[in-house]
Amino acid sequence: MVTKRIIIGTLIGAVVAGLAAAGTAVAGEPQPWQMNLMPAQSPVMERVHEFHNLLLVIQVGIVLLVLGLLGYIIFRFNAKRNPVPSRTSHNTLLEVIWTAVPVVILVIIAIPGLRLLYFHDRAHEYDFTVKVTGHQWYWSYTYPDHGDFTFTSIMVPDDELQEGQPRLLAVDNPVVVPVGTNVQILVVSDDVIHAWAVPSLGVKVDATPGRVNERWLHVHEEGTYYGMCSELCGINHAFMPIQLEAVSPEAFEAWVEETREEWASRQNAPGVRVAAGDGGADVR
Amino acid sequence: MAYGVAAGHDEHAHHPTGWRRWVNSTNHKDIGTMYIVLALIAALIGGIMSWMIRGELAQPGVTFIDNYQFYNVLVTAHGFIMVFFVVMPALIGGFGNWFVPLMIGAPDMAFPRMNNISLWLTTAGFVLLLIAAFVGAGPGTGWTVYPPLSSATFHPDAAVDFAILSLHVAGAGSILGAINFITTILNMRAPGMTLHRMPLFVWSILVTAFLLLLALPVLAGGLTMLLTDRNFGTTFFEVAGGGDPVLWQHLFWFFGHPEVYIIVLPAFGIISQIVSTFSRKPVFGYLGMAYAMVAIGFVGFIVWAHHMYTTGLGVDTRAYFTLATLIIAVPTGIKIFSWLATMWGGSIELKAPMLYAIGFIFLFVVGGVTGVALANAGIDFAMHDTYYVVAHFHYVMAIAAIFAMFGGYLYWIGKMSGKQYNEPLAKAQFWVFFVGVNVLFFPQHFLGLAGMPRRIPDYPDAFVGWNMVSSVGALITMIGTLMFFYLIWHTFRYGKTAEANPWGEGATTLEWTVPSPAPFHTHEQLPVIGPTGQPRAGSGAVSPAE
Repeated sequence: MVTKRIIIGTLIGAVVAGLAAAGTAVAGEPQPWQMNLMPAQSPVMERVHEFHNLLLVIQVGIVLLVLGLLGYIIFRFNAKRNPVPSRTSHNTLLEVIWTAVPVVILVIIAIPGLRLLYFHDRAHEYDFTVKVTGHQWYWSYTYPDHGDFTFTSIMVPDDELQEGQPRLLAVDNPVVVPVGTNVQILVVSDDVIHAWAVPSLGVKVDATPGRVNERWLHVHEEGTYYGMCSELCGINHAFMPIQLEAVSPEAFEAWVEETREEWASRQNAPGVRVAAGDGGADVR
Repeated sequence: MAYGVAAGHDEHAHHPTGWRRWVNSTNHKDIGTMYIVLALIAALIGGIMSWMIRGELAQPGVTFIDNYQFYNVLVTAHGFIMVFFVVMPALIGGFGNWFVPLMIGAPDMAFPRMNNISLWLTTAGFVLLLIAAFVGAGPGTGWTVYPPLSSATFHPDAAVDFAILSLHVAGAGSILGAINFITTILNMRAPGMTLHRMPLFVWSILVTAFLLLLALPVLAGGLTMLLTDRNFGTTFFEVAGGGDPVLWQHLFWFFGHPEVYIIVLPAFGIISQIVSTFSRKPVFGYLGMAYAMVAIGFVGFIVWAHHMYTTGLGVDTRAYFTLATLIIAVPTGIKIFSWLATMWGGSIELKAPMLYAIGFIFLFVVGGVTGVALANAGIDFAMHDTYYVVAHFHYVMAIAAIFAMFGGYLYWIGKMSGKQYNEPLAKAQFWVFFVGVNVLFFPQHFLGLAGMPRRIPDYPDAFVGWNMVSSVGALITMIGTLMFFYLIWHTFRYGKTAEANPWGEGATTLEWTVPSPAPFHTHEQLPVIGPTGQPRAGSGAVSPAE
């Protein structure tokens, strides 16, 4: 009995520790054994967390209710304990209740859900725009309000990783934004459908040829935030990550100057560099 | 009374033998059996693909698949095979063919020859799909076949064309089958078998058949447009010619969302029969159960764009699809609570089919509550295209449907084969399989919340832990699956002779009034159904005891 209690205590402790570890991680990078959403680093993601916490309570509550009922029914109404079954097959009041109560729960979910949807859709004012273009298999970024320069952002292959760069997430030229500003993100594609996603900032939007999709970003703290392409786009779908650096406004200005000059000197964007582990099949 | 004798005589006298009996069959039971065999073969192939996927994902880096196009082909083919050639043939073609005529007191399906062509079209579709995987680089598009990835520019060889033809042919087979079921159920019920006395499994097949009839032509239209885009220079989905790739997504999901109900509704029907039988009680809230399925079927047609929240739909459109999708929780809630109420006050026997039914209810609830989260466009983008979605749909329709298949198989195998399965073996198989699928899919919720995308052959190192757990679950599931195949062999080799009704007074539907195995021809004299839903004494289907 005592050992049982200790084991259960240890298990609960481990789970709580795991949740806490996931909750306190600062970087916008997934952590080992993470069980919940990425820590929020933007106004949208903070609200996603709030809403998800509400949902989680309702989800767990419903599952436990059904499990509890199942357990009780199996215990109480098994053939040994209850050899003569009842013939009840109707109860209007009960049926009305289990139709009406879910409706109430859905209203409780829908109201904050829709508020979040409209909040996430667009910001009222933008400080500047970044245009994101998906390619097989890398991203390119254009800054139309800062001299309209464009650069490409390609995954660092496994054998070129520097100390501290996470595998399959780090890129050669990260996209950079200043903290505390509203950035308009315009997303397009050059070939097939991709999706630009940064989980800790609450952004995921398809890059579709022929249409421009809009989202917005507002990063609270300086740091590095990672994401991965989130729509199947061919052989190297897993190898076109997003790395976003949030920096101070001063550092951002300096970065703009430097990058604009560096990329202006390259007349043509480099050809597609095939990322690590090309399957070699005959499909582009 | 004389029925059993006459049937025994019939069995030897009036049907072709050898390969003609099967290939040219117009008999609903033989065709049902062949559908089940097709599903078992396809399940083994689709299952091997899923174990290869989990094997590759067991650890980061290249585990054993270094050709990522091949990995994408595996993901694509696994989805196609499991949806179109395992669950649909087993639940609709297999159990539907076998038990709809038996349950409504009809001698056979309305169009027996059309029934035959449905089977062989489905089989041809399966063969075309397998060929597709070996043509060129194979179709690496995912089962959603989104252009431009599926266009001639990015998949230049004929693999995608074979996949399209496969779905065309299998879809035609399903449409014919749907017409057959609708006609049979509406016109060939025994006297007294009113719509409101039909067993819920028959209701589920009726609603499913309407969904097939309305959804599959839309898929066929979209597939034809994709085919002409690829081969004949049209530009329905080509931006350069004024087309729109998102149009494909609308067409595909207008079919694709009803398709998930096509998969799960027959499962609902089977679970209702099993729960009622082993609780020895009539189904609680029968009319609510039947019309909940009708409501799910109807609403299923007006929620398709909840698969497309990140494509750039207008915010008001997303708000509509959020609300419409949430509504589905109401009829599904009615189903869950009615099953619980059916069991409440019952005299429950935990035989293996009942274990599978209870397992189904648990899986369906877990998958259902994550569906409530995904229904909200405001939060869906955080989970969209991650493993959270993979966990959700495997719980709510894939594994849930497999549980209904296994449960239905064990429930009816005595009737179909005349041999009863081994109870302890089946229970052991259930527990291994149940533990396996939960260890396999539950950690995928965590991976998805942490942001791991779907359909990737390699992942950042932070995702190692839960992926390893998930792959261990796949291994346990594989053992459970092999145990199921062993159970099938064991039943045919060592199974005890099944009684006409092995389940006792809880089994009240008409199939239990005919001998086991069900004779080649049944209900030649129509039973007359009384107000209780039971055949009147002396009418066609007399119980073998009389």
